[in-house]
Amino acid sequence: MTSTRVHDLAHARSGDKGNTSNVAVIAYDDAGWQRIRQHLTAERVMAAYAHLAQGPVTRYEVPNLRALNFVIEKALAGGVTRSLRLDPHGKTLSAIVLGIELPDD
Amino acid sequence: MTPASRNGNSVRIGVGAGMADDRIAPGVQLLQTSELDYLVCECLAERTIAREQLNRRRAPDGGYTPMLEERVRAFAPLCRDKGVRLVSNMGAANPLGAAKAARRVAAEVGVQDLRCAAVTGDDVTELLRSHPELRLLEAGAPLETLLPRMASANAYLGADVVRDALATGAEFVLTGRVADPSLFLGVAMFHHGWSYDDLPMLAAGTMTGHLLECSVQVTGGYFADPGRKDVPRLAELAYPFADVGRDGSIVIGKPAGSGGRLDRMTCTEQALYEIHDPARYITPDCVLDITGLAFEELGPDQVRVRGQRASARTDTLKVVVGYTDGWIGSGEVAYAGINAIGRARLAADVVKERFRLDGGKADEIQVDLIGMTALHGDTGRAQDRPEPYEVRLRVAARCPDRKSADLIGDHVRQLNMQGPYAAGGPVNLGAREVIAVDAVLIPRSWVKPQVVVLGGDQ
Repeated sequence: MTSTRVHDLAHARSGDKGNTSNVAVIAYDDAGWQRIRQHLTAERVMAAYAHLAQGPVTRYEVPNLRALNFVIEKALAGGVTRSLRLDPHGKTLSAIVLGIELPDD
Repeated sequence: MTPASRNGNSVRIGVGAGMADDRIAPGVQLLQTSELDYLVCECLAERTIAREQLNRRRAPDGGYTPMLEERVRAFAPLCRDKGVRLVSNMGAANPLGAAKAARRVAAEVGVQDLRCAAVTGDDVTELLRSHPELRLLEAGAPLETLLPRMASANAYLGADVVRDALATGAEFVLTGRVADPSLFLGVAMFHHGWSYDDLPMLAAGTMTGHLLECSVQVTGGYFADPGRKDVPRLAELAYPFADVGRDGSIVIGKPAGSGGRLDRMTCTEQALYEIHDPARYITPDCVLDITGLAFEELGPDQVRVRGQRASARTDTLKVVVGYTDGWIGSGEVAYAGINAIGRARLAADVVKERFRLDGGKADEIQVDLIGMTALHGDTGRAQDRPEPYEVRLRVAARCPDRKSADLIGDHVRQLNMQGPYAAGGPVNLGAREVIAVDAVLIPRSWVKPQVVVLGGDQ
């Protein structure tokens, strides 16, 4: 089975609110949208962030924008002002989702 | 691009800043080139107001955004010349002090008697002291648990305060805590005479504000991925503006031929930025639903926005509570060449041990190998992380007192004599006091905003 990285299909941006990070994943085209919609599950995303975030992860769909929005709770080591992390906003967290490998249909 | 503004049916709102220390030049460019009606500067991050409260305690005239004076110096003459009115939350913990400073600085650059409105009333610190029962949204505990350490409590005010402040005829409106999109919606409500019954209009103004509040994030900032998502002339990113029609139509634009990009992709990323449930984005003015959102590229620098919806505002206002929460100290040192990672890990262990031996107290110590584990953590799978040739060790500690926070960095600093071989460039990055934030919800009726006008024909 071959695989595709999310980076090949989509772009992403992360934002912070308190101790929660949201990672929006936006497909470049309809084919990419079908792939991420089917395979980029909340479980897959939780697994990729498990060493950094306690979760849970909630997935929202915005089909009109070909976008998935993942809300990852307890992901920012206490939030921007308390965090001991080098990137307390979690600005780099969007790069993790783009590295996830998806199976073919 | 057709100038849509000043034809009576549309208002052009430009962006002058998307964060407290954002660039000034693109705001000047917008004022010079783009026939704005209003300039909005969003300058208050979640944590900023608590820091400014502490500054104000040290200097009662201060407590507003540090770059306010520089911004007023650059923007006031152009605003006066072109009849552009400025709206900003640069007042932070001291809107009235900010208005006085703005008038003084404006006069220095030849803008006499600037009519400036200050919006106060977001500060509910004293009010909350008599409501220890309020529940903290993040911690889940009662407010009482952190009352002794509370440094600030500010309610997110809505667009109505901006609308009312503009109705006084003020050229500049300076607020404290107002929700970011509300700064923009308030302008549109005032200009078009919209009310809180006009839900499609509230949706349009809030959507505009959400797309514009982070300045260049909608024109190619925070976007480039070379070879995949290229941004032309990234160094010259332009700030955006929006033409908001009386009928709720929205077109996002940027100066013709300016740097950056504005298209469906940049708008989509910004639309979802810091959003949780896309069907329920709660602001003080409405609950926004962007699940039906659509972007249409009208030209290289023009995107039409459609499909946002809103339901009525909630009965409560969100209050951000800032409280002191100990100290953070940190230090860094570099290793290179053969076994760099092994020496860095050994150094981290020895720093932690010496910190303990010297009586340092920490609730939590974080070790980062920059270039290896710092940003995306340690997955524990060696095959994920080929060893870099060089690595920078960072040790950070959360401490109950300043002395311990200083001590952790001292130990990292001393590694160039006392650590594994070839420890280079060690620094103690010092201690900082932590202002943590949480939030509570309060009934709207508890908050009594006021508008104070300085100057003009008062």
